[in-house]
Amino acid sequence: MRLTVRLFAFFRDGRFRERECDYPEGTTVREIITSLGIDPGEVGVTMLNSRHCCQDQVVHQGDKLAIFPVIGGG
Amino acid sequence: MADRIFRINMTELTTSIEEVPADWMGHGGRGLTSTIVAAEVEPTCHPLGAKNKLVIAPGLLSGTVAANSGRISCGAKSPLTGTIKEANAGGTAAQMLARLGCKAIIIEGQPREDRWYSILIDEEDVTISEETDLVGKGNFAVVEEAGRRFGDRHGIITIGPAGEMKMLAANISIKDPDGKLRSCGRGGLGAVLGAKRVKFIAIAPTDAKVEIADPEKFREANRVFTKALVDNPISQALGTYGTNVLVNIINEAGALPTRNFSAGQFDGHEKISGETMHDIIVERDGRPKHNCHPGCVIQCSQIYNDKDRKYKTSGFEYESIWAMGADCCVDNLDLIAEADHLMDDIGIDTIETSVAMGVAMEAGVLEFGDGEGICRILREEIAAGTPLGRIIGCGAGSVGRAFGVTRVPVVKNQAIPAYDPRAVKGIGITYATSTQGADHTMGYTIATNILGVGGNVDPLGKEGQVELSRNLQIATAAIDSTGMCLFIAFAALDDATCLPALVDMINARYGISLTADDVTSLGKTILKTERAFNQAAGFTSRDDRLPEFFREEPLPPHNVVWDMTDEEIDAFWDFS
Repeated sequence: MRLTVRLFAFFRDGRFRERECDYPEGTTVREIITSLGIDPGEVGVTMLNSRHCCQDQVVHQGDKLAIFPVIGGG
Repeated sequence: MADRIFRINMTELTTSIEEVPADWMGHGGRGLTSTIVAAEVEPTCHPLGAKNKLVIAPGLLSGTVAANSGRISCGAKSPLTGTIKEANAGGTAAQMLARLGCKAIIIEGQPREDRWYSILIDEEDVTISEETDLVGKGNFAVVEEAGRRFGDRHGIITIGPAGEMKMLAANISIKDPDGKLRSCGRGGLGAVLGAKRVKFIAIAPTDAKVEIADPEKFREANRVFTKALVDNPISQALGTYGTNVLVNIINEAGALPTRNFSAGQFDGHEKISGETMHDIIVERDGRPKHNCHPGCVIQCSQIYNDKDRKYKTSGFEYESIWAMGADCCVDNLDLIAEADHLMDDIGIDTIETSVAMGVAMEAGVLEFGDGEGICRILREEIAAGTPLGRIIGCGAGSVGRAFGVTRVPVVKNQAIPAYDPRAVKGIGITYATSTQGADHTMGYTIATNILGVGGNVDPLGKEGQVELSRNLQIATAAIDSTGMCLFIAFAALDDATCLPALVDMINARYGISLTADDVTSLGKTILKTERAFNQAAGFTSRDDRLPEFFREEPLPPHNVVWDMTDEEIDAFWDFS
């Protein structure tokens, strides 16, 4: 199953900005996070197809998953 | 030095230093400016006439060593919105005024003659002098010349040509520790100072210190407070990427107003993002981390250099970059930085002016994406006060009216900032109900709608938005009174030690015993004071509405509209 994974801010360091990735059916957001060597506790926001999702969410073919560390501003 | 009120009468050209009335004792920053404006300004007065007053106040903790406590508030009746207005900024002025024992400056009246003035505040006195050399000059020239005249350590509050010409987007600028500028941006307060014919205020340094009633308790509370700020991951992200870190997350959420609020995502987002800005800054030997006032531990500001590694701009904010970037479709950070620098010098609000440019693009005055055109209009039209320059310099609503545009994103005539309310409903409530017109900082629901701070409220649903905006507007009014930068709120929302430490510092400074409930009451009182002023000025619940197009035009990619009902919006004020 192929989906697009997007990383932001310091999660990009030593990884990538955006990549098409293959994962088994039934993979969760959290599993993708840990597969990238990111601590799920450091994740601020995850979005699937521009909507907020929780880390338990199962992903599907063609999804766009965005993973952000804890950030803020004004 | 005991705190006092410095009153400056520009009709009689006299000054007086007065005792603080009992009613004003517990106030500072926005609470104080709003209390004074509500007490002394006729709500129906013309904002550019003799009856308006400009009040400048440091916060309750300004001048102490409390981390992040150096914000200054400017207040008046706004010539842009017609409502009460408070705009705040960093820079060095708040700390310097507090150390001189200045609780507030009140500038009232209006000169009878066609002359300009400057004001000097030092340990001895408040002095008004006629000013000729700097009239018509940009803010950077004012800071430089004032440095020569008075000394480099003087604080400066200044207006640029926009304020002199009484443009409604004119800001008030505050000198920062590097001699650059921070802005009391929103609501045209620069025009109020221009109408009183004050070009700048110089503040002398002093060795005097602010009195602390209980120094030991203060020190301990500050230690806890500072740790909460430093440890917070958002502080760290801000120190690396600046507020511009928001471009990508707001774009991903489909809420980045693009092409004059006609879409929620911008193709060029990566080119203007905080990540890209960080890399450019580092590559050109700028500073990605920089504070706008001494004692700030978050350091969200930056110094952005041009291709030749020379200073181009600082305080390069998400709002400015969004507005010229996504809203005007300019995907070139160097052109945006040039425009940012020009706006600093001219003394004009980057949000209002840039959203006005977006409306002007919709009107065909220039093309979307024309960054060179934005810079040309700033230099040759706005700075020169041509008729086109004046139309744009009077804000987004003004451009819409002059050119017959219907997609004009304003509330109470103030331009809507960098979050589309159709895709983030909580911020729409803030825009609609804020006593200040469309303003994102007044009740920053983005924290909870998008960033997962202080909980999670779905940005695309109606549920919980009114309560979220209300709680944040109340808390923000209180924080705005302390002299604290609003970015302490990220730590305050998620670290239980933060707010109690802030309250402890206030108590230790003044020898009082406020509780957290007292702080909430303070916030509510300020909002009610401001609302009462607006009602007396003629505002009703019909003004707490978003423009029609937000209801009619679905915003891609979510294809959502603003659908909060009038009753739901008005329920915001159901609190006592």
